[in-house]
Amino acid sequence: MCLGIPGRIIEIYDNGLTRMGKVDFNGIVKEVCLAYLPELQVGDYTIVHVGFAITRLDEESAHETLALFQSLGVLEEELQPNTEDRHEIS
Amino acid sequence: MKYLDEFRDPELARRMFDQIRRITTRSWAIMEVCGGQTHSIIRNGIDQLLPPEIELIHGPGCPVCVTPLEIIDKALAIAARPEVIFCSFGDMLRVPGSRKDLFRVKSEGGDVRVVYSPLDAVKLAQQHPDREVVFFAIGFETTAPANAMAVYQAARLGLKNFSMLVSHVLVPPAIRAIMESPSNRVQGFLAAGHVCSVMGTAEYQPLVEKYRVPIVVTGFEPLDVLEGIRRVILQLEQGRAELENAYERAVRPEGNVAAKQMLADVFTVTDRAWRGIGVIPRSGWRLSDRYAAFDAERRFDVSNIQTTESVLCRSGEVLQGRLKPNQCPAFGKECTPRTPLGATMVSSEGACAAYYQYGRFIPTANVGMNG
Repeated sequence: MCLGIPGRIIEIYDNGLTRMGKVDFNGIVKEVCLAYLPELQVGDYTIVHVGFAITRLDEESAHETLALFQSLGVLEEELQPNTEDRHEIS
Repeated sequence: MKYLDEFRDPELARRMFDQIRRITTRSWAIMEVCGGQTHSIIRNGIDQLLPPEIELIHGPGCPVCVTPLEIIDKALAIAARPEVIFCSFGDMLRVPGSRKDLFRVKSEGGDVRVVYSPLDAVKLAQQHPDREVVFFAIGFETTAPANAMAVYQAARLGLKNFSMLVSHVLVPPAIRAIMESPSNRVQGFLAAGHVCSVMGTAEYQPLVEKYRVPIVVTGFEPLDVLEGIRRVILQLEQGRAELENAYERAVRPEGNVAAKQMLADVFTVTDRAWRGIGVIPRSGWRLSDRYAAFDAERRFDVSNIQTTESVLCRSGEVLQGRLKPNQCPAFGKECTPRTPLGATMVSSEGACAAYYQYGRFIPTANVGMNG
């Protein structure tokens, strides 16, 4: 029910009642209400729930999070001497 | 799809499982509040791949599941009226009421229509001025801005034939109710990411402080869920209780300010009964007095409802995390997605439906990868 799908805004217009737009979900384009995100512009990513853009998807944070995930465990693996080495030393 | 596939990367997930295994030294019970997260966990087998010390308790964050029986019965009564076009999200159609469901009402001649957005219901009201269009407004804070906009637009358009049956619920009072329960086992929470996209995170700080419980705002993709779990475990292992945001790409501390303004105008906080759980004080929204004319419960006389809950269904215990779906004697026998006894077997976010769909028929301990 709280499912939200990320998509890219490709068009913004006023339908006489409110700010609307077209959002591209990897090839599938749907009409979406943009009333709650007045600062969004064409090209921005947003998360859409029941036909409403509920939040801006911050691309920078997305990349930072992925970079954090990438680095997880890497440091530990580098710092941990592997057992074979230790055997050689002793 | 961009910003979905990257958060489903199996190699990164493997590293994340390794990390979680490395930091876990004791038994911990964590609740994922949102049904969308439950679904992601079961679909991806996350619960089975975690170290056996970690138990995931599935929370009550499935709006379809917690909509009270009385409201379902009211929906059925309204939908059966000849002048009504009854609009609902698709999930609600198979939710059992006392005697039938909306599908049955439809097959008996009721004009029940599935809509994707509440604005579709407003359009229908414009197109059919001779009919009464009623929208079944359920959901958590994520869905509320859309439903609020429907009422707001109906008012601006001067529509006299549009109304809403409102059963909105709120996450923070549910967390409070869980923590106050004498049988509570939950030691940390994954907070529902999209709810926080709308409402922000400020409401959770007092809960963290009062109950000394870690709360991590968490997304829905496998890596998001794992990161939420990792951060909760890290806090628990270090004896910390803090509010953290592990879904920064979609959640700002202040939430969606424009949406919150609309919600404050259209809705008012009210006590709300949760199906299978009972009344939780100040745990929902009703229409504010200003929009009372759009309240379907006022427009149609549905006060004389006698409800009867299934005696076999134990979804209340499932919703409170006391029972895993496959521990229920009716699971997969009397109760299946085709013949659901309770809403948890209906909704795509219901824990019972997730267990059924992904073949979790036998209760098992975590099988783990660390054998």
